[in-house]
Amino acid sequence: MMIGHEHFRQALQRTPFHDRIAELSTTENWTGWNTYKVARVVDKLSTEYFAVRSGCAVMDLTPMEKYRISGKGARGYLDRLVTRDISKLRPGRVTYVIWCNDEGKVIDDGTLFQLGEDDYRLCSQHHQLDWLLMSAMGFDVQIETETHDVAALAVQGPTSFSVLTAAGINGLADLKPFGIADLQCGDVSVMVSRTGYTGDLGYELWVDPADALRLWDAVFAVQGRYDIHVMGLDALEMVRIEAGFIMPGFDFNTAESTIRNGYDRSPFEVGLGWVVSLDKGHFTGRKALLAEKSRPVKRQLTKITIDGNKPVGEAFIYDRKNGKQVGEVKCTIWSPILKANIALADIDCINGQLPSKLWARFDYQRELKWHTAWAECHAQSKPFYIPEQRSATPPDRY
Amino acid sequence: MTKQTDAIVIGAGHNGLVCTAYLARAGMNTLCLESSGAAGGMSAQRTIADNYHFPGLAHAAYPVSAAIRRDLKLDQFGYEPGVAIETIALDPDGRHLTIGPDGIAGEELSESDEKSYPGFRKQYLAFAKAMRPLLENKAPRLKGMEFADTATLARLGWNIRLGLGRETMYEFLRVVAINIYDVLNDVFDDERLKGAIALDAVMGSAMGPRTPGTVLTWLQRLHGELNGPLCVQSGGQSQLVSSLARSAEDAGAKIQLNTHVERILVEDGKAIGVSLSNGETLKAGTIVSNADPRATFTALVGAPQLDAMFANRVTQIRGNGVVAKLHLALSGVPEFTGLTESQTGNRMLIAPSLKYIEHAFNHSKYGEYSENPVFEVTIPSLHNSSLAPVGHHVMSVNVAFVPYDLAGGWEGQKASLADKIISQLGQYCPNLQSLMVAHEFLTPQDIEQQFHAVNGHWHHGELSIHQSFMMRPLHGAAQYDTPIDGLFLCGAGNHPGGGLTGLPGRNGAQRILKPGAVK
Repeated sequence: MMIGHEHFRQALQRTPFHDRIAELSTTENWTGWNTYKVARVVDKLSTEYFAVRSGCAVMDLTPMEKYRISGKGARGYLDRLVTRDISKLRPGRVTYVIWCNDEGKVIDDGTLFQLGEDDYRLCSQHHQLDWLLMSAMGFDVQIETETHDVAALAVQGPTSFSVLTAAGINGLADLKPFGIADLQCGDVSVMVSRTGYTGDLGYELWVDPADALRLWDAVFAVQGRYDIHVMGLDALEMVRIEAGFIMPGFDFNTAESTIRNGYDRSPFEVGLGWVVSLDKGHFTGRKALLAEKSRPVKRQLTKITIDGNKPVGEAFIYDRKNGKQVGEVKCTIWSPILKANIALADIDCINGQLPSKLWARFDYQRELKWHTAWAECHAQSKPFYIPEQRSATPPDRY
Repeated sequence: MTKQTDAIVIGAGHNGLVCTAYLARAGMNTLCLESSGAAGGMSAQRTIADNYHFPGLAHAAYPVSAAIRRDLKLDQFGYEPGVAIETIALDPDGRHLTIGPDGIAGEELSESDEKSYPGFRKQYLAFAKAMRPLLENKAPRLKGMEFADTATLARLGWNIRLGLGRETMYEFLRVVAINIYDVLNDVFDDERLKGAIALDAVMGSAMGPRTPGTVLTWLQRLHGELNGPLCVQSGGQSQLVSSLARSAEDAGAKIQLNTHVERILVEDGKAIGVSLSNGETLKAGTIVSNADPRATFTALVGAPQLDAMFANRVTQIRGNGVVAKLHLALSGVPEFTGLTESQTGNRMLIAPSLKYIEHAFNHSKYGEYSENPVFEVTIPSLHNSSLAPVGHHVMSVNVAFVPYDLAGGWEGQKASLADKIISQLGQYCPNLQSLMVAHEFLTPQDIEQQFHAVNGHWHHGELSIHQSFMMRPLHGAAQYDTPIDGLFLCGAGNHPGGGLTGLPGRNGAQRILKPGAVK
């Protein structure tokens, strides 16, 4: 079923889950994402945040761009498209991928689902159809947008396994991270993947838009037994920073939307070198990345903690207090679970190394008066928050 | 054990042969592979009805540069530029105009045109000469410039500013990117004269006299005249092609005919060899393609071996052939109204006015052919009787503005167009039909199939400004280099473009022999 036949009457389309979310919205805090109306905050940000970290949060993912890639040449096509070696990908598995332009700059990232022998789904935050089609020359491959044909619901948090099991979806116990299972929820067929953008235990449910509300209602039917909350984009932003996930287009400019020379970023500059396989054979951007790899990295999108408890907001990074400006904060939150200021910062390297000291200079308000402050920062190599349940199979029951 | 091949050149067109000869002379063990049964590509001799021989698509050409003649010792191997000819602008009423190196002559020629022509010609030859550093060397790379690039630009700048002088430089800069239509209307009254000059600016391109950039295409043509006068290619194989082949073979190169390259083999981003249609694989560290860049990248290399954006840019290269070729085998001397037999040995043009050409071009834009096409005619057998049986002749005709994609398709329309063209020629040459023994008509689609020129374009891509110099054939593959290590280009699709110049072949070889500092 196609959704949104009448969408031209609305500034933003409504997702198949919209009616339920609108009923629960006390803030009416909506925003647009890929032409859909989505909640930033449904009720209370802290409730939504803690639902992910200590209960169960549900989020409407329908606006995520979804592309069906199929045909005999699909595997070869994807191998040329993405930087990662996907030779180990099998039907029923998902992998995280990025793709670059000819100059080796990141266009977007996404999750690649192998649904069948020559059948894949690629999910990305931004619209990619033009790039995907442009990359198709010379391959026997069909590419179709199915963004509007598949409703998607993220169910995330430590109790998400128990919630979905209680809601009648059986067969999740053995599902490993990045696994896919075709299951039933009552008479609703639902594809479940153990994936997410929260860094916690969690699932993504993929369903026919016609069945979307029945699936929703089945999940919320167990709300009495479990603490389940709808989550908006703001809470997602908090947990994804804690999990150390980057967001192309926000933490750095995506390649094909960059106008100014040098404002785009290579995978090595945003901490994605681990998904670049220069020895896997040809892919778009390989030659540029080989050349870049031979030089010291120019800058690093770095996970940092910032001393103190004042929210940093927008800030420049310096190599010492009152020193030389070496970077800037791209996204930051006060992490309630870590009790720390954490951030991703774009920092210039010297001979491939981050400066040994990092200081943030930032402005903050007290009763409408602005103050300037300095706080020392500490680079982190690991994600800020890695809960055990994220990878436990089977997950704990609650 | 056989000697290892250092370089494989794909295509024994004249540029491929030039490149092969240069590489071989530099000591590289070079193998040139040609899919057809004869070397020469578009300039290879063609034969119809057994005994009538034609100089291929290139029936008139300027001599190749002195540097190539000297470097490859071409004169020693029998090179002769051919017989110098004049141009005759045919007039429907028989008031023909003769245009030669020394001036113009003809009935009803205005005094002012007669006076202006020598100065005009001198000025434009000076412009072409000023552009020589750019047109003869590899086009400078603007980013990461090498010393040679800087030198080319410096010499170009010197030539334009100091060589031409301030006033002439202003005029050069005024006209270099505009259309020939405006320039000719500024200077001349005579439509025959304007038509003849404009034809040289647009022949081979999908451009009319009003298309911007047609002064540049004319200057590129005039550049050939710096090597000597236009010559009819009456010697068939004995001229450029055979001297190049002998020069290459003398230096140890091998030219292998009837060998069709199917793929360029790429491993880990590097060209390692070629696979042939007979299933054989040949390996070499350097692969040079004289094929159309579009065919090289999409058919021989294949888009999957290229970056996505680059592969797409290749498909955007503009170049639809718009010239058809008509070969006529005749049982006697064709008599053109108002011309003596010796005059018909010259190059005859049917392009009686600027508007006539522009209208013919207009039709081709919409997949039609004009009822009044533009012709360039030579009769090579008047200069070399061995091209046809005794007393017989061969007539070679370029028909401009015949679309590659004819509306309704070529099937069923080809023969009728050929008949139409022959009857139109008959208006200028009344005895033509009665002399016809046989004929061959090559549409742009035939040219594509027989010469592997994508869309039947002579120059392997339009010589428009956005596809010239450092943008030729396209961004990411200029200076004869490609994104595939070890794969180079040497054909007309590269700077400075088509024509029997040998320059892309020479520059390509020099690129291979002296790799750039910056890739």
